[in-house]
Amino acid sequence: MTDMIKTNDRTITLEILRYNPESDEAPTFGTFEIPYVEDWSLLDALEYIKDEMDSSLSYRWSCRMAVCGSCGMVINGKPQLGCETFLRSYYPEKMRIEPLANFPIERDLVVDSSDFIKKLESVKPYIIDAVDATKAAPKKKQPEKTSTGVYKQKPAELGLYKQFSMCINCMLCYSACPQMGLNPLFTGPAALALGHRYNLDNRDQGADERTEVIQDKNGVWSCTFVGYCSEVCPKNVDPAAAINQNKAQGAQDWALSFLMPRKGDK
Amino acid sequence: MSKPKHIEPLLWSLFGAGGMTIAFFMTGIILSLVFFDASTLSYERMHAFFMESWIGRLSIIVALVPSYWGCIHRVYHGMHDLQIHAGNGIKVLCYGFAMVLSIATVVVVI
Repeated sequence: MTDMIKTNDRTITLEILRYNPESDEAPTFGTFEIPYVEDWSLLDALEYIKDEMDSSLSYRWSCRMAVCGSCGMVINGKPQLGCETFLRSYYPEKMRIEPLANFPIERDLVVDSSDFIKKLESVKPYIIDAVDATKAAPKKKQPEKTSTGVYKQKPAELGLYKQFSMCINCMLCYSACPQMGLNPLFTGPAALALGHRYNLDNRDQGADERTEVIQDKNGVWSCTFVGYCSEVCPKNVDPAAAINQNKAQGAQDWALSFLMPRKGDK
Repeated sequence: MSKPKHIEPLLWSLFGAGGMTIAFFMTGIILSLVFFDASTLSYERMHAFFMESWIGRLSIIVALVPSYWGCIHRVYHGMHDLQIHAGNGIKVLCYGFAMVLSIATVVVVI
């Protein structure tokens, strides 16, 4: 790495939001001038700063290949993953790096995601196979099980939910969503899209258990369909579509609740 | 499914219907202005169709009423997006206005 740095004398400036709750009153920008290496991602640059310039710089990272969803940050105003954002896309302009918006800052680029985790848990993002456990009659037609107890699923049935299952919980959509800033109680794009993913899965019987959260005022109805969540998603999930599909379903259920008032009470 | 405790699904459905009617009827109006000459679209002819035949009355109600709800829904939620946090009073005023306008339209047309 040092050889590579020695052979060029070009530099790029990084402005990074710094905040240490133990000593700072408010976050301030720190400026770092680092060697410009064409094939460096922003994450490589942050590693260089931590190793060579300021070991107190804090940020989250793990896989370096857009799979783990740890290194989400706001780069020149846009929520992006540090590992798939390259210095060459910005050079010779400077880059301004901030932690994800709409989250409390824990330190530097590290945000407190506990509220997101709570919201994620609230939509029960796992297959609920209550029929298996209680031997009750399935509410929707169940797919065939093989002799080893595994469900068969056709490609078309997989296709229904596959895009929503690509979510890596990187929280870029929470940073992008203007509603998250206006109403912190909003369940948010990723959690709603994941709830939708399990509702669409034909092995799942848990849609009723998710309805209360998804159809709540702070669920899909808090969304005003700005659509920036889908735009920033690094895995091409379309949370805005998931939310709107749930609004349509909710409107239908709302109308049906008058025609069949006892449907939900049994 | 348990019944949601708010009427947002109803307002959103009316908003959806309004968006649909605006999209269809605006296209219809623009295309008619392109393809028909002024005498075909004269006030007398339009009045005779939309105010005196049942199908005309029905279609003008279908064109107008959901559009009010669609527009007011957009205004109300647009205020929220612009960080004007209108309270319940404004909400009642907005949708109440759409309600009054809807009733007035039906009364005038019929």
